[in-house]
Amino acid sequence: MPRTWRKPSFIANPFLRYGLWLVVLAYLFWAFGSLPFNWERIAEGLPRAARIFGSGFPPSFERGGLLLTGFKESFQIAILATLLGVALSIPFAVMAARNIAPLPVYLFGRAVIIISRSFHPVIVAILFVAAVGFGPLAGVLTLTLYSIGFVGKLLAEEIEEIDWGQVEAMKATGAGYFSILIYAVFPQILPRQVGLSMYQLDSNLRASAVVGIVGAGGIGGTLMNAFGRYDYDFAFAILLIIIAVILVSEGISGWVRKKIW
Amino acid sequence: MLEISKLVKRYGHDKPVLQDLDLVVEGSSVVSIVGASGAGKSTMLRCINRLVEPTSGSIRLNGNELVKLRGAALRRARRKIGMVFQGFNLIDRLTVMENVLAGRLGYVSLYQAISRRYPKQDIERAFTLMERVGIAHYANKRADELSGGERQRVGVVRALMQEPEILLADEPTASLDPRTSEQIMKLLQSLASELSLPVLINIHNVAQAKTYTERIVGLRHGNMIFDGSPADFTKDALDAIYGGIEAPDDEITEPPGANPKQGEQGVAHDQT
Amino acid sequence: MVDQTDVLADRIWQRYDRKERLIRYAVLLVTVMLVYWAVRDIDIFWPWVWDAPNQIQNLGARMWPPDPRRLEQIIGAMIETVHIATLATMLTIFIALPVSYIAAQNTTPNRACLWLGRFILVSSRSVNTIIWALLFVAIFGPGVLAGILAIMFRSIGFIGKLMGEAIEEIDRRPVEAMEATGASKLKVIAYAVVPQVMPAFFAIVILRWDINIRESTVLGLVGAGGIGVLLQGSIDTFAWPTVATILIAIVILVLIGETITSILRRKVI
Repeated sequence: MPRTWRKPSFIANPFLRYGLWLVVLAYLFWAFGSLPFNWERIAEGLPRAARIFGSGFPPSFERGGLLLTGFKESFQIAILATLLGVALSIPFAVMAARNIAPLPVYLFGRAVIIISRSFHPVIVAILFVAAVGFGPLAGVLTLTLYSIGFVGKLLAEEIEEIDWGQVEAMKATGAGYFSILIYAVFPQILPRQVGLSMYQLDSNLRASAVVGIVGAGGIGGTLMNAFGRYDYDFAFAILLIIIAVILVSEGISGWVRKKIW
Repeated sequence: MLEISKLVKRYGHDKPVLQDLDLVVEGSSVVSIVGASGAGKSTMLRCINRLVEPTSGSIRLNGNELVKLRGAALRRARRKIGMVFQGFNLIDRLTVMENVLAGRLGYVSLYQAISRRYPKQDIERAFTLMERVGIAHYANKRADELSGGERQRVGVVRALMQEPEILLADEPTASLDPRTSEQIMKLLQSLASELSLPVLINIHNVAQAKTYTERIVGLRHGNMIFDGSPADFTKDALDAIYGGIEAPDDEITEPPGANPKQGEQGVAHDQT
Repeated sequence: MVDQTDVLADRIWQRYDRKERLIRYAVLLVTVMLVYWAVRDIDIFWPWVWDAPNQIQNLGARMWPPDPRRLEQIIGAMIETVHIATLATMLTIFIALPVSYIAAQNTTPNRACLWLGRFILVSSRSVNTIIWALLFVAIFGPGVLAGILAIMFRSIGFIGKLMGEAIEEIDRRPVEAMEATGASKLKVIAYAVVPQVMPAFFAIVILRWDINIRESTVLGLVGAGGIGVLLQGSIDTFAWPTVATILIAIVILVLIGETITSILRRKVI
């Protein structure tokens, strides 16, 4: 008697298996059906793309001054935001670490971190622009908040995993809350913190290029203007430099972190 | 019949790993190849199915020249050569049955391979062979859930699924404990006679080589320095093969399975 | 942070020899100079800075209480946002996998393909989603297509790079075994490579989907569809209570996304 063999399915129940496929299919239909595609406008896309790339190449570096000012501002925003963000992330991380913060403080700290992580920096930027006006100030505030969210979360996790014995040793000497923090907690998280700051500087530099798109200063604004005025050759020049800067910054940040760890 | 003549293999500009090797294996004999690490055993075996490119020389299997084959012709030749590996080389995340059927990859179409719709007679053959070696009840178990000995049985069955004209075994027992490795050697020996299949076994363990094979070939620095029956394999021959290099009992030094060096070795073999 | 390093360096100075200490001080000095330059040179009108807390409070006050009247519209836009992220992630897979295949050192057919693959990955990763969106809005006009393409083009680099690394880390031995059976290249991939990278693949795609949900909330700010369009519109018309509702909706969406992600991750792996 010939025997048969079929590969056992990942999902054993056939109803569930085919049901899942059906759900995926139904979702695709629903999603594609409900999304508003403007086909007429999309059909114009290819000739437009040709025109954009045609006028974009070769990229024009003529307005180098404008380019330089934009990048300088992006750098400054990134540096200041990293400094402020990393410094402020320490208290927030302490607040959001379950093992050293009392419950109400913990909940507050977590909430701040969750909220600042939920919002894309561009949304935060648009709000800060509305509050404090156009310019790099909004950018610095945005990326500071962004850094608090990211560094704070990782740092809080780091604090939750510290060696508790050192804290107990400090407690045994009768040290107060802040002395314990400084002598038993911070030394344990410091190496991580230095690495994280380098990483954050790199990602702030990336983000500073985009917050400008909504008016928060830096090269993003210059790029947005170039696109708005159909200066595609200038826009592509900016894009190229952004890519180059990001690659260099990624390289440096990776190198430094490797040195430290 | 396997005929190797004047086989040379050198990596880059180093001293050749194999120097003018000649070897003829006839009929369904079980031949063990012994030698210290680095003597060229593994390289020789991999030259036969061209996982390693020979530098020069000729290898003929049943009259077919293997050295000059390319592309589809090489793949057709390879499917007639079964291979069993030291590290089992199973696909851990697939079931035992899929691993076994993988031995048919050279025969089935890409669609059959991907959809796992193998021909009936392949599945029948798989069950028969798995029953023969006692792993049929594991058919739908994941390969990484099996013990070392069971995994090597899967490896053997996979090689036999190819309907090979010759079986190569590269240190098939080096990753196993002594008792299991005896079992695997016995299995290879009896399979060879049942299927009248010539088997070439690279082996560290000289005692096992003498017990389970009918011919021993000794390699040293890529040269064949012994070729004879186990009865002729005397203390002198042992000294000639291993003397001054390392103790012959290093069969226990290779840790099982997950030896990372093994993987690297595989890479090195394949890039050349 | 910088102060901390300083204090710590002082306190445990015995741990570092002269050269290391010199390097530490040099790094500190450069940092201080950079910060000084940034503070002095940046184009900020300082009185505004001192006024900023007031302004932010002011804005917060104008947002309160959130106005739920346009909730239906907001939910619709939210669903659109999720669609953009999900469809883009699905479509990305079809492009990212071949790219990761040619960009992985052990599977690439030849050097030219390797560099082409790496070039695609680097250019995709270096351009932010919103900049991709800017470009696609210019080409295809405002709308969800530009958004989907923008998310896709950014995700190709992310998924492709991580998948490429996963492929480079596979165990070579099953590959060797499959080659020994006489299997063709495609069969070797199907049997020896695919099963090994499967868990990494699911983890990476799920992770990117989570990120894409966040990213697709801002696409609308440059006209590429989703909740951002509504947000921009509400800000432009100073409908601050509506803005607050949208912000709350975004937080909820992101939290839901995170929950789904962690459930899926536990289920699949």
